[in-house]
Amino acid sequence: MKVLLGVGGSPDSLTALSQVVERASAVGDELTVAVLDNPETDVNIDDITDRVREELDRVGAEADIRTVSGDPGSRLVELAEAEGFDAIALGGGEQTPMGKISVGSIAEFVVLNARTSVFLIR
Amino acid sequence: MSDDRPYPEEPAGPFPEPPATFTDREGRTIEIRVLDEEPPERRETAITSMVDMYDRFDPADRAQGIPPIGRERVESWLSTLVEGEGLNVLAWDGDTVAGHATLVSDDEGAYELAIFVHQDYQRAGIGGRLIRHLLGAGAARGVERVWLTVERWNDAAVGLYGSVGFERTGDDRFEVEMTIWLT
Repeated sequence: MKVLLGVGGSPDSLTALSQVVERASAVGDELTVAVLDNPETDVNIDDITDRVREELDRVGAEADIRTVSGDPGSRLVELAEAEGFDAIALGGGEQTPMGKISVGSIAEFVVLNARTSVFLIR
Repeated sequence: MSDDRPYPEEPAGPFPEPPATFTDREGRTIEIRVLDEEPPERRETAITSMVDMYDRFDPADRAQGIPPIGRERVESWLSTLVEGEGLNVLAWDGDTVAGHATLVSDDEGAYELAIFVHQDYQRAGIGGRLIRHLLGAGAARGVERVWLTVERWNDAAVGLYGSVGFERTGDDRFEVEMTIWLT
């Protein structure tokens, strides 16, 4: 399966990174990692890219890494449709101090706009 | 999750403090008490009664993944609420917990609020009294800023929160965010 993973540096996106990279390595998904500029995090794009490389090295997987500028949700959806991806994967939400699941703005946009399947990783 | 949320310009309240006793719309005598004010020998029993309520809770009324499903997960979730820096107020029908309202510190000086009323006790006027007494108990302990999130299709809950003075911050997603200022 041709999977597009969006990573913007939020804790749930880093959880998604680990899980999706492991799965890609196990089942042979063709993985592209889109490094996003998430306005809700302070994490620098270069640091995220380094983190993606580390995770790929850790499991011995390969992936195309792209830096995606502009509005993260719409750019992900656009990329997925333009390049024939089967699915978009991304972080499936943070937990509030109470333990309530809170879905991020990028995930909400992608769920409502993507024509591909969307995997929200918990 | 930094607390840059907007809060109302006017404080809400005053709100009543527990303990309180009233008769609900079904004629049941309901008592509202703060968990931390139970006698020490009653505390463990009270927490077990909370677990019982959540263990029998209709999953259709879950909110953003809580309460979790299964007794062990409920116990684990509740232990973080009752052991942390926060406040738990319970509505009792005799020895049965009918409802639970809680404030949990977000470590940024504000508190997250949640309230659950068991299905057997809904639409009986318990939720409104429970949340008012939670806010009263919180204000008495120096809590000033309280926020919550609620699924935006949950009109009953959004209405309840609005009726006590919560205002929507406008940061709406699948869930609506609301805040209140207490003095």
